[in-house]
Amino acid sequence: MTSSPGPTVTAPALEMRGITKRYPGVIANDRIDLTVRPGEIHALLGENGAGKSTLMNILYGLTRPDEGEILLDGEPITIKGPSDAIARGISMVHQHFMLVPVLNVADNILLGAETMANRVFLDRDEARRRIRELGQRFGFEIDPDETVGRLSVGWQQRVEILKALYREARILVLDEPTAVLTPQETKEIFAVLRRLAAEGHSIIFISHKLYEVLEIADRITVIRRGRVVGERLPAETNEEDLAELMVGREVQLVADRGESHPAGVLLSVESLDVGDDRGREVVHGISFEVRAGEIFGIAGVAGNGQDELVEAITGLRRPAAGRIRLGADDVTMADPRQAHEHGISFVPADRHRFGMVTSFALADNLVLTDYYAPPYARRGVRDDAAIAARAEEAIREFDIRTPSATVTAGTLSGGNQQKMVVAREFDRDLRLLVLDQPTRGLDVGSVEFIHRQTVRKRDAGTAVLLVSAELDEVLELSDRIGVMYRGRMVAILDGPTASREHVGLLMATGGQETSPGAPQGAAVPGSAPGGTRA
Amino acid sequence: MRIDLRVPLARARGLIALPAGAILLAFIVGAVVMLVSSPLVTGHFDPSLPLRTYAAIVEGSLLSVNALVDTVVAATPLILVGLAVGLGFKAGLFNIGGQGQFLMGAVASAAAGAALAHESPIVAITLSVVAGVVAGAAYGFIPGLLKAYTGAHEVVTTIMLNYVGIQVISYLITGPLRAQGASFARSPDVQNAELPAFLNVGTGHEAHIGILVILVVVPAISWLLYRSTTGFEIRTVGANPDAARYAGMQPRRLVILSLTVGGMLAGLAGAIEILGVSGYMPAAYATNVGFDAITVALLGRATPGGIFFSGLLLGALRAGAPLMQVKAGVPVQMIDLLQGIILFFLTADVIVRYVFRVKAARAKLDELQTVTRSYGSGTGKP
Repeated sequence: MTSSPGPTVTAPALEMRGITKRYPGVIANDRIDLTVRPGEIHALLGENGAGKSTLMNILYGLTRPDEGEILLDGEPITIKGPSDAIARGISMVHQHFMLVPVLNVADNILLGAETMANRVFLDRDEARRRIRELGQRFGFEIDPDETVGRLSVGWQQRVEILKALYREARILVLDEPTAVLTPQETKEIFAVLRRLAAEGHSIIFISHKLYEVLEIADRITVIRRGRVVGERLPAETNEEDLAELMVGREVQLVADRGESHPAGVLLSVESLDVGDDRGREVVHGISFEVRAGEIFGIAGVAGNGQDELVEAITGLRRPAAGRIRLGADDVTMADPRQAHEHGISFVPADRHRFGMVTSFALADNLVLTDYYAPPYARRGVRDDAAIAARAEEAIREFDIRTPSATVTAGTLSGGNQQKMVVAREFDRDLRLLVLDQPTRGLDVGSVEFIHRQTVRKRDAGTAVLLVSAELDEVLELSDRIGVMYRGRMVAILDGPTASREHVGLLMATGGQETSPGAPQGAAVPGSAPGGTRA
Repeated sequence: MRIDLRVPLARARGLIALPAGAILLAFIVGAVVMLVSSPLVTGHFDPSLPLRTYAAIVEGSLLSVNALVDTVVAATPLILVGLAVGLGFKAGLFNIGGQGQFLMGAVASAAAGAALAHESPIVAITLSVVAGVVAGAAYGFIPGLLKAYTGAHEVVTTIMLNYVGIQVISYLITGPLRAQGASFARSPDVQNAELPAFLNVGTGHEAHIGILVILVVVPAISWLLYRSTTGFEIRTVGANPDAARYAGMQPRRLVILSLTVGGMLAGLAGAIEILGVSGYMPAAYATNVGFDAITVALLGRATPGGIFFSGLLLGALRAGAPLMQVKAGVPVQMIDLLQGIILFFLTADVIVRYVFRVKAARAKLDELQTVTRSYGSGTGKP
């Protein structure tokens, strides 16, 4: 009743009214209203599990709402499924790209929206022409014949956006589009989004990075526990305000890391070479040291050898050359069990692949690396009581939100899964803590918690090696920062004094300052098709 | 603190719903097949035929001591080999070699039994059973080793080894192991190595002591899987090999172990069949137990308890078959048909879910994920 229906002033491009979706035991969406105007970049902010995905799934036709209505240009509509949504001009760019790496750009875009020359054959020439035209119009020219697998992550994302534009999307939903990008790539994609908005496209931008939301959005809707808890204009709010709305309490955004008091060198890595799964050397002669009681952060665009380096240190991968020492012990050739017993704890980047067994109970996951030793087992026999007791303790101390210790870990939210991994790896007698992307995809509250625990471990005298593609995370936490570029450690800087711009530049170029138009995210060879202009 | 039974109850229902649905649908489809085919054969339509058939199966498998003994005797190898297959599933392996492992166990115990035919029963039985177990273990160890160190897929290697096993047996029984003066190619009688019967002695429905093994083996495998750290490792490797490596486990060792222990169980089944039922090994040993066991393992959702019950069910069908043929005039192949349809509905579980409105709860999918991970998806080397 508040806004006038019909195309009077500027009718909203999209209106979702009173959207309610109930699942057994939870209300995922509770009378949510969302209004997106033409040419508006509308940020949707909320913790994991707040109901953003449900709302977007409803918009994209993947689920039906129990109540509420959706209006497109003032017309009430029912969205029957994703193809219906696309036909009505609603497109989604997923966090995990839905691209076929071995196909070229044009074929990827044609997939599912085939432009036919006749009843049998595709009209690739027409498709190429339209792709070029769209690229020119929105300021990112792309070669339609480039193989997608050879593109950098930033460019793959542009292909996803092109895909949506090719299908004549007027409303674009972007799900955490910057999670995988460098600061420079983020700037570029923002420029693209602004161009799109200027041409009248509406954009729903889902993110948990508050400063990004403030930078790009025209309006911000905050969702908490399935309800809209506030709507803000960027000019009238700030990060603290948004975080508080999102979490429902005051949040400490920057970890209070305090002074570090490092002792002697604990981990020393000397001229380490490591190969990847295909046997190519991806870590070249890396040397660095981590002292007990300090956080050593490694910054770098994902895929520059960080994963292999970390796997070599934690025993999952055999180094090709070089040495790794932990205190007086040589752990170069240690396997994961030996590394564990030397006091190395590891929070892996891909928790679903390495860090947990989704089909196992929470309690079993909490002893995944310690299951064989007392008190959890004696002479090869598990002590279920000890395991249960441990689970109760970890659930309490690490605030893991779960109905019980026996639920399968896969049913927990991402943040709680990560807390489970953190509880297991932090809460033991350890000397070196290796964290690989410890907060990726987590909400503000969980990030805050994990950061605080990390600092606590450091203050207790643990050496911490932190790898993160999130530059801010490295900057906030690290006492010293190493920057990795194409498998080399190109710089080691003092943490508290390092500047964001300097580290960002080192990440993108490795410090060998070439031309300002050098391709970003150059980890992938030949990653810059068309004109990559900064 | 109140104990909330809803979660375990829901979980139990989730586990049972699919197998129960598959069985029910199989019996319905079986009834339709009978109704349609009986007029073609007999010339007149008989609506009561399915009912009489199923009644005869029930009578022949449950309604007398003899029937019950037949059921348990038939179920014993199915349960043992079913456990072998199920253990593989838990480790993320699809062991199709139960047949070969069973046959190798059978021939080894037949050979040992023949050689020890005049020793004291205790010596003869013990050594013959051990021979069968060792032979089965060795025959499971080979695909384990190949999988662990070359990445050769166990589905391929175990199928191939099944054929190798058949040929080896055919050579042994027609050659070095052939009984003198027998009217067909077979090994000599095992005599003193024969498992004594403790019930229905001399009736043709004897309960030999081999069936008691089930009472030990089922709880033992259950203990191994759920109470021992090795079982935790096996289940971890099966559910997520990368996480197993991360956790410091040794996937290669566990792959070899799971297939070897599976081979032991199948070999034990072979030994029990030879020493307890037939008393000798024919060159062309007619059995399908290695493949029926796959149905048993799937129907029992790869858990020891489930395999126990599904083995009994399939054993009952086998035991009821003769009476079904006599009373209803339906050929014993009907049992193969029913079993095939059960397997069909188990693997095409979408149909069962649709018919019975079974929700695809997450826990259930994970359970089956272990089963389906190993074939087709190509997890490659552990």
